[in-house]
Amino acid sequence: MHARADVAAEQAAENTPSWPEEIFAILQRFDVRQVPYVPDAGHSQLIERVLGSSTMRGIPLTTEEEGVALLAGAWAGGQRGVLLMQSSGVGNCINMLSLTQVFRFPFLTLVTMRGEWGEFNPWQVPMGSSTQAVFELSGIKVLRASQPGEVGEVMEAAASQAYNACTPTAVLLSQRLIGTKVFVK
Amino acid sequence: MSKANLLDRRAVVKSLLADRNGAIAVGGLGASTYDIAAAGDHDRNFYLWGAMGGAVMIGLGIALAQPKLPVVVITGDGEMLMGMGSLATVGLQKPANLTIVVLDNESYGETGGQVSHTAATADLVGVAKACGISDTRAVTTMAEVEAFAPSLQDVAGGPRFASVKIDAANLERVLSSRDGTFIVNRIRGSLGFQPI
Repeated sequence: MHARADVAAEQAAENTPSWPEEIFAILQRFDVRQVPYVPDAGHSQLIERVLGSSTMRGIPLTTEEEGVALLAGAWAGGQRGVLLMQSSGVGNCINMLSLTQVFRFPFLTLVTMRGEWGEFNPWQVPMGSSTQAVFELSGIKVLRASQPGEVGEVMEAAASQAYNACTPTAVLLSQRLIGTKVFVK
Repeated sequence: MSKANLLDRRAVVKSLLADRNGAIAVGGLGASTYDIAAAGDHDRNFYLWGAMGGAVMIGLGIALAQPKLPVVVITGDGEMLMGMGSLATVGLQKPANLTIVVLDNESYGETGGQVSHTAATADLVGVAKACGISDTRAVTTMAEVEAFAPSLQDVAGGPRFASVKIDAANLERVLSSRDGTFIVNRIRGSLGFQPI
């Protein structure tokens, strides 16, 4: 029984990666208070932590651009935030990303990538392929994490430059990191 | 082609902000920003010159960050139509200190007066109510505006939504600052936040 329970616990730990916990801890340390999001499977663990937090407010959106405007308002009101979305949502944000240049506010977004690394769904590929370029054309600095071991240092750098230097920053969390979505077993 | 007996937008906004105290006022892209400027420049005026569809979300971000301060978003029907989903987001968050006022002239006044969806079919008060904002109203008289204005100060009774039918007259622009960092940092300064 014990041996089987240990195996089950080990499997559960393998299925629950530690990097979302690292992201959560860094966001806490930087005193992030508003966390607007459009759900994505790759963000699910972090979203659960945010919704269970007493200091952060998780704010579900109907479309990602709402989150850009929300974070501008949060900053005007004295709070920091972070926008969680999937690569397909980045295209929805383009005009609203103007606010990052107009206000020069500490914009940070964490983007789970689709449309790469063994993608099954062709509809994800066009936006996933242009995500980084869209950000860069919009004046947003892009950092990427592809391995679990590098998430912490990438997040630390991103949060530092966004919140300390008001440098709008996007962190792309690679599909290689979050795992390719399985449609057919 | 203004309809009879519709309200003057400048008079409406002036009345809403006359006793604003510490309220933060967000003006949507276009004439609403000019209306807020016309009522008097203020270090807590958040003028928008772009970001169409974003006014309510900016107001929500401020309202959640400053729950003890009244926050009022004053915007137009076209701007509100573009950000209609944000009413669902507000309905879920229920910020008690947020008021949304739509100045509805049923047209896109800034771009030549093309008719908007509210002229015929779209009912923004119905949308707000259906999104979970329980305090909603359609306003058609100045007496109603004046009766509504004090409720903006009630930071425990929101969110509230009002659609005010206004005259479609294109008034002379009253230009506010359009420097985003100045506008935001002035608001932050008034709240006691230092520059980075």
